[in-house]
Amino acid sequence: MEQTRELLINMGPQHPSTHGVLRVLLKLDGETITWAEPDIGYLHRCFEKLSESKTYPQVIPYTDRTDYLSAITNEHAFCLAVEKLMGIEVPERAEYIRVMMAELQRICSHLLGLGAMALDLGAVTGFLYAWRDREKIYSLFERITGGRMLYNYLRIGGVRNDLPEGIIGTPRDGRDKADKTIWGFINYFESYVLPEWDDLLTNNRIFQWRTQGVAPLPSEVAIAYGASGPVLRASGVKWDLRKNVPYSIYDRFEFDIPVGKENGDCFDRWVVRVEEMRQSARIVKQALQWLAENPGDYIAPKLPRVLKPPKGEVYIRYEGSRGEVGVHLVSDGSANPYKVKWRSPCFTHLQLLPVLAPGHKLADMIAIIGSIDIVLGEVDR
Amino acid sequence: MSLADLWAQHWFRAFVTGSLVLVFALGNFYITLWLERKESAWIQNRLGPMRAGPQGLLQVLADLFKLLQKEDIVPRNVDRILFLIAPFVAHIPALLIFLVVPFGPNLVVADYDIGIIMIAAVTSYAVIATFIAGWGSNNKYSLLGAMRGAAQMISYEVTLVMSVIGVAMMAGSLKLSDIVLAQAERGVLGWYLFPQFIGFIVYLIASLAELNRAPFDLMEAESELVAGYHTEYSGFRFAIFLLVEYVHMIAWSAIAATLFLGGWVGPTPADIPVIGPRLFGWMTGPVWDNIWGFCWFLFKTYLLIFIVIWIRWTFPRVRIDQLMDLGWKFLLPVSLFNIFLTGVMKYGWNVLAESGSPLRWLFWLWR
Repeated sequence: MEQTRELLINMGPQHPSTHGVLRVLLKLDGETITWAEPDIGYLHRCFEKLSESKTYPQVIPYTDRTDYLSAITNEHAFCLAVEKLMGIEVPERAEYIRVMMAELQRICSHLLGLGAMALDLGAVTGFLYAWRDREKIYSLFERITGGRMLYNYLRIGGVRNDLPEGIIGTPRDGRDKADKTIWGFINYFESYVLPEWDDLLTNNRIFQWRTQGVAPLPSEVAIAYGASGPVLRASGVKWDLRKNVPYSIYDRFEFDIPVGKENGDCFDRWVVRVEEMRQSARIVKQALQWLAENPGDYIAPKLPRVLKPPKGEVYIRYEGSRGEVGVHLVSDGSANPYKVKWRSPCFTHLQLLPVLAPGHKLADMIAIIGSIDIVLGEVDR
Repeated sequence: MSLADLWAQHWFRAFVTGSLVLVFALGNFYITLWLERKESAWIQNRLGPMRAGPQGLLQVLADLFKLLQKEDIVPRNVDRILFLIAPFVAHIPALLIFLVVPFGPNLVVADYDIGIIMIAAVTSYAVIATFIAGWGSNNKYSLLGAMRGAAQMISYEVTLVMSVIGVAMMAGSLKLSDIVLAQAERGVLGWYLFPQFIGFIVYLIASLAELNRAPFDLMEAESELVAGYHTEYSGFRFAIFLLVEYVHMIAWSAIAATLFLGGWVGPTPADIPVIGPRLFGWMTGPVWDNIWGFCWFLFKTYLLIFIVIWIRWTFPRVRIDQLMDLGWKFLLPVSLFNIFLTGVMKYGWNVLAESGSPLRWLFWLWR
């Protein structure tokens, strides 16, 4: 007898909107998803094992490549871990530069994450606008670090080089200097880009139809699944490691933690990210002010040629662009780390898919993947 | 047999005019494709194609030539016959619409008395091609796309026809050339765009869905279904699907221009006050009327094409259930209300027109 059957469909690993090489197995009843299961491992590069055969400074470029859209924050997390292990005092100026770079990187990463989500929802123009502004950050980063995407800029104990002449600019720099000075970019970003995002997408009726009420994530479920970062905050939990477990010099900056409502849906996750970019811009401005007032060239302490941290282990919790990055470092006293364990927020968030997807349409699936903003490089490491 | 005799033969006239329409459609397909790429580039801070020819005008030619060279892949497990004929089934209804479109006062291939019904009949047949392609491809994504397409096109067909009924009521005819002439008598403010504004908006939205254009491009929704019903197609067959999409868009814009914007009606240089008749007086007569009419028609059509492209590159895509809700629960009732409104207003004008009551100006637009 003929009867209705569920349709098993393979979304990925080659699919336009799985953000890399994610494969999701879906069971569809018509267009409604009844079951979803992510399948990962297509981008596994042995980061953790590889680190064991490298010296500590040599691991830094590999950390760039875990979450390749947010390289500076990964470098920062790893450097903080080694510094904590060895008890190195970081020069104040270097730490300000690091924080400023990390926050710029967060803006950059959120821009791409939001742009890609817009693209998945069919708004191609939003994606290209994000690309345009991200390009400006990249040209700034290129002048500072020499690299556009993977920088290898942070050093254990400091940064590789000081900011180049004139890159800070003045608070009066406007749109015409957006890709020449950091002040220019921040002013352009706050006065032009963010309102444009609100006009084009956040307040767009169709965009709200597509995201509001889609895949609500209750806060207790979010906590139970170990969600962190924007995904957790969108579910109404006021939890930001920069405030709650301060590391580096974040206790010196003034910024707010944006939170969504109790049952954070895709729209909340979107709004929280947009708001976070605004807060990051605030932090960058404060850091720029400090850097302009405190010139100097002491950006890295004198360290031995071969770093041999004492025996022991250390765990660093770091608020990366996508959530909590954890670095568990075990040292056996030699020049190579005994073990590097990388806690990746994307990996943790990906396990939310089977919880969020069932009951929604196939078209919502891509909104969900977009809203939890995964980077497969970090999921597989 | 002289040429005039030959022209009198029905089959010969049909052959020539049909060929001209085909050439018109293909030529505009070329321009529209180029326009889409340029316009999307302007919207997105890009330049668009610049290298092939001035302003990238030859880019489309290069692309089509590339598609022609590609291998025509027929996957192993497809329903072979359906898979192979689908693109050709698809492109017939798109071209047939041009038969009834009046390009100028006398430029119309087949001026049917039931023009609007003919359009509705022909376009509802486009969905069959979509379904053939989706089903014949034997691919789950294609099937999903085809299912969406069938649901979407059939439901928006109803809305589309309902939105046009108001125009037919105003003109008192289903013949497209009559509708244009009726608008010509009423002057610019009398174009059915104004009394039928609700109808025009409903038509625009419904035709976007019918055309399968963003924000309603659900059946080929790239980020969801890869390429929907034509995922498996490659090479020239794919190019034909592309052609169909754009020819459809031109056809719908042409019909919208005819029904709501007065078609070929528009002022000519001879209509310029004072200097017009003296300088351009010689540019009158039936031939010149057709030329000016054709220019106006093209201008209005491209205005609408421009808007359709603009919409595509601005909005995100809606979801299938939202699309259905929009069609059945909002657009259909609104278009039914428009029919009711048109009837009431027209009746009001008929009753009050002779009475001299000041109240009659309320109904003037629907005269």
